[in-house]
Amino acid sequence: MAATTTVPSASPIPGSRSFLARLREGDEIARLVTFLFAASVVLVTALLIFELWQDSALARHKFGLHFFVTRVWDPVFEQFGALPFIYGTLVTAVVSLVIAVPLGIGAAIFLAELAPARVSDTLEFFIDLLAAVPSVIYGLLGVFIVVPLMRDYLQPGLRKSLGFLPLFSGPAYGVGFLTAGVVLAIMVIPYIISVSREVLMSVPRDQREAALALGATRWESTWKVVVPFARTGIMGSIFLALARALGETMAVTMVIGNTPTISASLFSPGYSIAAVIANEFTEATGDLHLQALIELGLVLFLLTFLLNGVARLLIVITSQRGSGTALA
Amino acid sequence: MSPGLRWRKFVSGFMLTMTGVCALVAVSVLFFILGYLVYNGGASINWNFFTKLPAPVGESGGGMANAIVGSAKLLLLASLLGVPIGFLGAIYLAEFSGSRVAFVVRYAADLLNGVPSIVIGIFAYSLAVLPFKHFSTMAGGFALGLMMIPITLRSTEEFLLAVPRALREAAMALGASKWKTIATVIVPAAYRGILTAVLLAFARVAGETAPLLFTALGNRFWSPGWNQPTASLPEMIFRYALAPYEDWHRQAWAAGLVLLGLILVINIVARAILARGIAVPRA
Repeated sequence: MAATTTVPSASPIPGSRSFLARLREGDEIARLVTFLFAASVVLVTALLIFELWQDSALARHKFGLHFFVTRVWDPVFEQFGALPFIYGTLVTAVVSLVIAVPLGIGAAIFLAELAPARVSDTLEFFIDLLAAVPSVIYGLLGVFIVVPLMRDYLQPGLRKSLGFLPLFSGPAYGVGFLTAGVVLAIMVIPYIISVSREVLMSVPRDQREAALALGATRWESTWKVVVPFARTGIMGSIFLALARALGETMAVTMVIGNTPTISASLFSPGYSIAAVIANEFTEATGDLHLQALIELGLVLFLLTFLLNGVARLLIVITSQRGSGTALA
Repeated sequence: MSPGLRWRKFVSGFMLTMTGVCALVAVSVLFFILGYLVYNGGASINWNFFTKLPAPVGESGGGMANAIVGSAKLLLLASLLGVPIGFLGAIYLAEFSGSRVAFVVRYAADLLNGVPSIVIGIFAYSLAVLPFKHFSTMAGGFALGLMMIPITLRSTEEFLLAVPRALREAAMALGASKWKTIATVIVPAAYRGILTAVLLAFARVAGETAPLLFTALGNRFWSPGWNQPTASLPEMIFRYALAPYEDWHRQAWAAGLVLLGLILVINIVARAILARGIAVPRA
């Protein structure tokens, strides 16, 4: 009895068709739901750019391009110029790269060319952990280790030996451009190593073997063949590190000295874009002050956006070239 | 051996040794940081640190119980925002979207990933603080959640795309619908990778300070509910390190040790999960 009653409802063709339709519906729902989430990423990013632009309108209109060349930052008289902050950001980033690039590339060469695979992977694991250390921890160590070290030993030493250069003159406070640059260097080295190692490892084997077969020493094959081959990608890793260094907030805020000065001396305390936002945002005295800070945020955003874009392009170019030659 | 060759061999050996020194220096920084934190923080970690509120300014003692709870709440909120968007967005990218839409979404995610964290803070401020006219746990969680989205999205997508085509086709051939294939075949096959991605994103935002400065703000007391400013571990480290009190410095070290320990453990666990083999069973 039960079997006969179910037969009409289970008639194959219309039944399976509606079943299929429901399946399609399920697919469509899943597609729509996941699409909404994916679209929200685009929406959030667009909104971020819009808000930065919108919320800095007052400052942008009032100061125009003078914002970038004015040295005065005076919330009381509502005079806002970004020059000292831009200067501080760039100087600390350059100092950090001067230290981090040779060290990072050297280490990457060791990991990619010399170390046995297992050693290389283990070291890379530690480098990855290093990249995961939060910036406030670097700041903490910066305040209590790097700053005293700078003040008591390194800066007096540098002044004694290289004091004739304006870069290394003036009183040693400990905090300042040089200290911030050193801390930043420690922070960006892992990025340079990771990306450069990948890029170096993607250089086809024949390149090395050809150089060695021609009688090059191991170093000559590395430095004159492998590294130039991977040059674009290594540049990419440097741009990536630069973007990181420019946007870094906590560690820099803690060791740069937070004084808006422009000085040729690296010992001098300074200020960076990210640091001034971090310090003054919650205490902004008026709309114009707040908007000037948001405009600084916009500048920072555009800088890192540009650098990240260039970095990604360079890395993609190299890895494509590497695989292309390997196939040929 | 000619002198020229001897010189070249010497240069080669010397430079290669130098690269080894570079690598050693870079890696030793990690152990230096760890050692220094254990040395300085270890002595200051005690029961009070985990259970007491911060002592009034000028008095010694007290702990960071409110900051630990605050961090946990912020990270919970961040995960509630970042993981679903990242995960479901990645499913759309990997399984449904055409290449043009995928390009736009990926581009947006990469852009968001590159935004300095302090700028994320400004954004969260204008979206989640200004309209309500007060700092809150919500706003802080929102800022951290934003940062989790692109990390989760991009790596989840990669792991989904790594699932072999044969698995998809087998499921389809058995008559499974697309979403059923995704839910019962593809996602389970990639779950290790996805878990790793989520854990790494979590660890990354756990130490973020800059976006919290003007969203969650900070608090020396408990923060009931979700609508009041709250303390968090990274923010406490920042304030305590710059304060002029010896006792606060000790506590900053202790907080640093706890925070770094948490982040490193999550990182190691995440990598261990991934290293235990590609999740796809070899048929």
